[in-house]
Amino acid sequence: MAGSSSAAPSNSEARSPAAPGALLSATDVARVVDRMAHQLIEKCARGGGEGDNTADLSHLVLVGIPTRGAPLARRLAARVEAFSGTPVDVGTVDITLYRDDLRMRGVRALEPTVLPAAGIDGRLVVLVDDVLFSGRSVRAALDALRDLGRPRAVQLAVLVDRGHRELPIRADYVGKNVPTSRSQSVKVRLAEIDGADEVLVTEGEAT
Amino acid sequence: MKRHLLEAADLDRDDATLVLDTAKEIESALAGREVKKLPTLRGRTVVNLFFEDSTRTRISFELAAKRLSADVINFSAKGSSVSKGESLKDTALTLEAMGSDAIVVRHSASGAPHRLAHWVRGSVVNAGDGTHEHPTQALLDAYTIRQRLGRLEGVRVTIVGDVLHSRVARSNVRLLHTLGAEVTLVAPPTLLPVGVESWPVTVGYDLDAALPKADVVMMLRVQAERMNASFFPSAREYSRRYGLDAVRMAALADEAIVMHPGPMNRGMEIAAEVADSVRSTIVEQVGNGVSVRMAVLYLLLGGAPQ
Repeated sequence: MAGSSSAAPSNSEARSPAAPGALLSATDVARVVDRMAHQLIEKCARGGGEGDNTADLSHLVLVGIPTRGAPLARRLAARVEAFSGTPVDVGTVDITLYRDDLRMRGVRALEPTVLPAAGIDGRLVVLVDDVLFSGRSVRAALDALRDLGRPRAVQLAVLVDRGHRELPIRADYVGKNVPTSRSQSVKVRLAEIDGADEVLVTEGEAT
Repeated sequence: MKRHLLEAADLDRDDATLVLDTAKEIESALAGREVKKLPTLRGRTVVNLFFEDSTRTRISFELAAKRLSADVINFSAKGSSVSKGESLKDTALTLEAMGSDAIVVRHSASGAPHRLAHWVRGSVVNAGDGTHEHPTQALLDAYTIRQRLGRLEGVRVTIVGDVLHSRVARSNVRLLHTLGAEVTLVAPPTLLPVGVESWPVTVGYDLDAALPKADVVMMLRVQAERMNASFFPSAREYSRRYGLDAVRMAALADEAIVMHPGPMNRGMEIAAEVADSVRSTIVEQVGNGVSVRMAVLYLLLGGAPQ
């Protein structure tokens, strides 16, 4: 009896390999964003298609999904520009009005949708979000993009992929894969909104 | 936000600001788009229940609902079972049984939307009831003022004309007060309602004295159909004392704007040259009406039922 109670803490740790606390620190976030920026440049160097070897970033548009995808997209764009010397267009697309779970949640305030002046027609749009979970936000974003124009291709970049997909959606650029249980929640905090960079995994209801 | 929008007092300052902000985002999200349609209310049904003729308000609500992909049913009392003697309650229950999620109601009796709200499970939006209220008109007016002047707090709004019969005036007074504007009413004493002294407004009878102090002049329509008593001696006299013509407009401050809920009686309460001047926001008000009504429908119907 005594043995089992003393073993309890290590058991609970074994159940949640991503122990409560910071999964990524501010330094980690910066490093991950840098790596994703490099990957973006590499992929674009192949033109996003077969047999195309020109590094053409003029076609690239980074579109953040509010709330935290928006500053992430701006950071990625700044890093891509720093590494490649070419400025990259950034936008945001609010997906609230496209969500399929509006009936299940309360209404929420809308955030701005801002696209670069050149639009998205014929360009490579990379959607940027903080956490990839069920995939429903991404589907809503794809629906929103369809109303906004016709990109040549759409890719997806996420800071954290936590699994539990409910739709056939996969990210092209992943900052960190985090196997989680549904009972856990993943919180991304960014300096622009929350005052500090951090990714936390906590026990609690799934978001 | 409450489940219904029956009067301006249903909105506190946060709610009203949320509606205006939402309308702004919706407007900018749809600006310059080829596909002016959002899937937000797909599968929801909005009934426009109009017991009183009002083409512009009905079309505005219809367009708002359609742009959010809701199914829209237009029900006008004329030629319906109402003319055969069906009551408001039975009409409402029939519509509810057919699965309506929201009823937008216009009625000549003040308070009809309140009654309706007791009988149905869905949301009720007041689109004008008698001489009582017209809250979405007040919201679109507030939206227009904020768009033109950049703020509502401390804005001096002068509402001129038939306040007695005007639901637009009633809703505007309450909403603008909630949002921090200072409202002045200018009207012939016969066209001011009993109890106006308890409203959060300043009352005056002299338009010329009020104009130089106004940031916004809101002209009310002279409702010929309600002029069943001698409220003023003649149309000509009314026009001379309370009509806004080019000479009076010149007394306004440089930034001041002129509003009118429409439909206008050109030459009566407002001169044609004023209605067509750059100060006039009359056409913008119509366009803003659609964005504001989209915001209201989204906020009432978009979320989970409480």
